[in-house]
Amino acid sequence: MLKHDSNEKGGRALSLATIAGHEVHVDDEGFMTEYDEWSEDLGKTLASNIGIEMTDDHWNAIRFLREDYKSEGVTATLRRVTNTGGIPTKQLFQLFPKKPAKKMAYIAGLPKPVGCV
Amino acid sequence: MKKLLVLGAGTAGTMIVNKLRPRLGDEWSITIVDQEPEHHYQPGYLFVPFGTYQPSQIVKPKKKFIPKGVDLVMGSLTRLDADQNVVELADGTVLEYDYLVIATGATPRPEETEGMKGDQWQENVFDFYTLEGSSALADKLRDWSGGRLVVHISELPIKCPVAPLEFAFLADSYFRDRGNREAVEITYVTPLDAAFTKPVAAKRLGTMLEDRGITLEPDFYIESVDNETREIVSYDERRIPFDLLVTVPVNMGADFLVGTGLANDLNYVSVDHETCLSKKKDNIFAVGDAADLPTSKAGSVAHFAIEIFTENFLQHVEGQEMTHRFDGHANCFVESGGGKGMLIDFNYETQPLPGKYPIPGLGPFKLLEETELNHLGKLMFKWVYWNALLPGRDLPLPALMSMAGKEDVEA
Repeated sequence: MLKHDSNEKGGRALSLATIAGHEVHVDDEGFMTEYDEWSEDLGKTLASNIGIEMTDDHWNAIRFLREDYKSEGVTATLRRVTNTGGIPTKQLFQLFPKKPAKKMAYIAGLPKPVGCV
Repeated sequence: MKKLLVLGAGTAGTMIVNKLRPRLGDEWSITIVDQEPEHHYQPGYLFVPFGTYQPSQIVKPKKKFIPKGVDLVMGSLTRLDADQNVVELADGTVLEYDYLVIATGATPRPEETEGMKGDQWQENVFDFYTLEGSSALADKLRDWSGGRLVVHISELPIKCPVAPLEFAFLADSYFRDRGNREAVEITYVTPLDAAFTKPVAAKRLGTMLEDRGITLEPDFYIESVDNETREIVSYDERRIPFDLLVTVPVNMGADFLVGTGLANDLNYVSVDHETCLSKKKDNIFAVGDAADLPTSKAGSVAHFAIEIFTENFLQHVEGQEMTHRFDGHANCFVESGGGKGMLIDFNYETQPLPGKYPIPGLGPFKLLEETELNHLGKLMFKWVYWNALLPGRDLPLPALMSMAGKEDVEA
């Protein structure tokens, strides 16, 4: 069996950015690429970058995404956050308006969910 | 005797048994299971609503494509026990295997969205991803006098993600030919943030929608279909009214995979993206739409992946390391209406780019550009599918994508 590289970032331009005083790796759209460089402090700053003030409900979703990524190696889809994480899709749209999947991944420091071509 | 069991005699499963039968010796038995006796040329569904193809032109018996030395078992799969290496069918038949290939594909599930299969289903709400749906839509379009046509994608991934765009382009062309285009307002509704996922193709396809007077409604994640008011409603409470809704329902993998621990939330089997080997079991592969590969669910992906899979499988059963790596290569003809089409060619890492294919500089097919030859290529492909692809003959196309002939442009 081949080794599975769960954090696929080949082909995407990587650069360093300074967020909340920490130097971190980001892709060309500003998504963090290193799971372990993230902290809740950084998450808060990332959220405010896109106009979101974090509440307990927001953290509930972000913490699910972080944990799920650790075990699954891919960013959870909205369907998964609802089915497995137990957060109704409607609420996700209220918490992270317009583009919840993309916004949650951005705040959680995870790769953008794969929008399959 | 070693037993290879292939689940699903669609595009991927059929190609696999045709490729493997001559390569595996007499010490191997090969069994393939399917519940439907007919093989559908699925790319043909797109043309049925517009009367270009009759249903009979895209259907052939499955057993015609299963080679000698392979047992075709008809039955519906109810249970897979991946620890005991057995599969059970609805009639109680138990099939054992040493190696299993899951090729049960993906199917549209309109019942997953509230109200989609309500009063309006096949009255004013249609899908075209089944022969039944595309045939019913053909009857509807023939007599439809016009109004608000909404072409809609429920959730990704879906089979052939360009098909809804093609449907919108062909609808535009169809109503123009009938002389009532001005009586039809076409809206294209997608959960994506643009016409397509990847920037260069998204820009090109977005412009093509604009040129045809088709309104794009991005970021629309459907919650329900309101049958009373005839509107689709999103989770953030946007409402889009329709007179005729042509939707692509949520697509999902087969239900027997639920609870096996092998598949994700949409029943797609989690596999290594380069080898199609299950991430959970060393004697199970999943190929074609049934797998969770992060690329298009399309026959071309199945075709290219199977070239790689065949070589890897032969190494793997001998206990050798698999040395071939699938790159997510896909190519699709995109019908654009008016007797023209485009061609796109891409993989996991490289988005669809302009250029020539398959011979760099010569083509004859032009990538990301509308030509009559691309349209003819799409029509010719039906012959290639039945006569070369399914029987497992080698096509003169490399399995891995090549940058030769492509222009690296910015979106």
